[in-house]
Amino acid sequence: MSAVAHDAGGPGEPRHGVRIATIWAVATAVCVPLMIWVVGPHIPPYNGSLQTKEQHDVNVTLASLAVPILLMIWVYFGYSIAVFRQRGTVIVDGPPDTGEPRIQVLWVAVTSVLVLGLAIYGTIGLLGASKGAGGGQGPNPLVKPENANKILQVQVIGQQWLWTYRFPQYGGVETPNLELPVNEWVAFNVTSLDVIHSFWAYELGVKADAVPGSNNIAYAKPLRLESFQVRCAELCGIWHGHMNMVGQVVTKAQFASWIASQDRKYAGVTKYLPPYAPYYYPVPLRRG
Amino acid sequence: MARRVALTGSVAIVLIAAVLFYLLDFLFTAPPAISAVISGGEAHLTLQTVPSYGHAPDPDWVSYLAKDQDGHWVHTTIYKVPAHTLVTVTVYQYDTATGLRNPFLGQVRGTVGGVATYNGKVLSVLDPNDASHTFTVPDLGISVALPGVNNNAPNQCSAAPCPLSEAHTTITFSFMSPGPGTYRWQCFVPCAAGFYLGNGGPMQTLGWMDGEIEVT
Repeated sequence: MSAVAHDAGGPGEPRHGVRIATIWAVATAVCVPLMIWVVGPHIPPYNGSLQTKEQHDVNVTLASLAVPILLMIWVYFGYSIAVFRQRGTVIVDGPPDTGEPRIQVLWVAVTSVLVLGLAIYGTIGLLGASKGAGGGQGPNPLVKPENANKILQVQVIGQQWLWTYRFPQYGGVETPNLELPVNEWVAFNVTSLDVIHSFWAYELGVKADAVPGSNNIAYAKPLRLESFQVRCAELCGIWHGHMNMVGQVVTKAQFASWIASQDRKYAGVTKYLPPYAPYYYPVPLRRG
Repeated sequence: MARRVALTGSVAIVLIAAVLFYLLDFLFTAPPAISAVISGGEAHLTLQTVPSYGHAPDPDWVSYLAKDQDGHWVHTTIYKVPAHTLVTVTVYQYDTATGLRNPFLGQVRGTVGGVATYNGKVLSVLDPNDASHTFTVPDLGISVALPGVNNNAPNQCSAAPCPLSEAHTTITFSFMSPGPGTYRWQCFVPCAAGFYLGNGGPMQTLGWMDGEIEVT
């Protein structure tokens, strides 16, 4: 038998648990503030909208909560490798595990509290100020901004392989460009004319599946004058990887000017568009 | 035991080779590139769209063709044009109308003057129901819908390349090429007969109704 096996729990044995807990507490006290104040500001998706702000806060919170757990594993492993490693040339078994009900109960209790706490935290986030956290809520959203029917409505139309946008409050004009007013709530009514796409406005924190025959509503409130990327996040065919465009958050006055220019520019084709509807079953499908 | 290992190894090698061959074939097989004809400091592309290619490997697929420097029709959708140059495109369109799934694409966009010439008539919007195909370069904001020939027109083309003596419409438009780069283009009419929503087969395959413009 090795010295470790003989001495386990003996009178000369150091208090390993206290040592591990102390190292872990010190490392946690150092690393958690670093995660919050040094790494945290660089964790996406930043603060382009109310939704991304909340997503960013959630990411920082989760990362900060994960740090003590990660450190516990690393410290325990590191300590075990350094202190409990097999010495000498003879390989022998260590002392048998006998089970420790208190630790087991503590483990289940702590992890349960963590998981349930995060579930409650996430639910509050979803139902709170961000009104769905930028996710598609289907045709009947559970949470809406105040006066949801009066905020800017933007219909996002996915098609292989292009995004176009209709503005029902501005004569139903359709355009391949997207500008949005800053500090104003926007309702994205996302649909598709063919297969399933996914509207992902990264800097706005919006992601909603574009499903044919369905109106998937997501809300966002842009907070900064900046450009934002739109991508398709659902594999949709040969040009899926090119289904990108860049939108712009502008002032309210600039938006009014822009939407008026789009109305003039596309007046000729607007008369051919179907009446605005939550989704379309377009004809012709003769070929198909 | 050794025989079993050898057999398993052989089958594994064959399968891996087949997968690699498929991947390499997919990555490195592409239609030939056709350079625009340069004259007077301008670039000219001459294209045709046909309702059915008429030859192997997919004789019933709808397709674009392009004219090379020698005036021969080539089955390709990869075009080379010089940067920052006026490019004039002439399309001889031999297919009948299918109509646009999204009527918005009837709008002519990104061309000089925002117009295209349809059989000699200058228009900025084509009735979406009359569209047979489109020539659309989304990243450059260029889109021109191409009107179909009348369903009852005599002398309709059935195999590429189609001669000018057969029923067709002629569309011309010009655009300024951007800086160097590769820009995808595609047709936005669901014109792939026999495929789900008309968007499979030739609509998803380079060399048929999708292609690239290489600006050099």
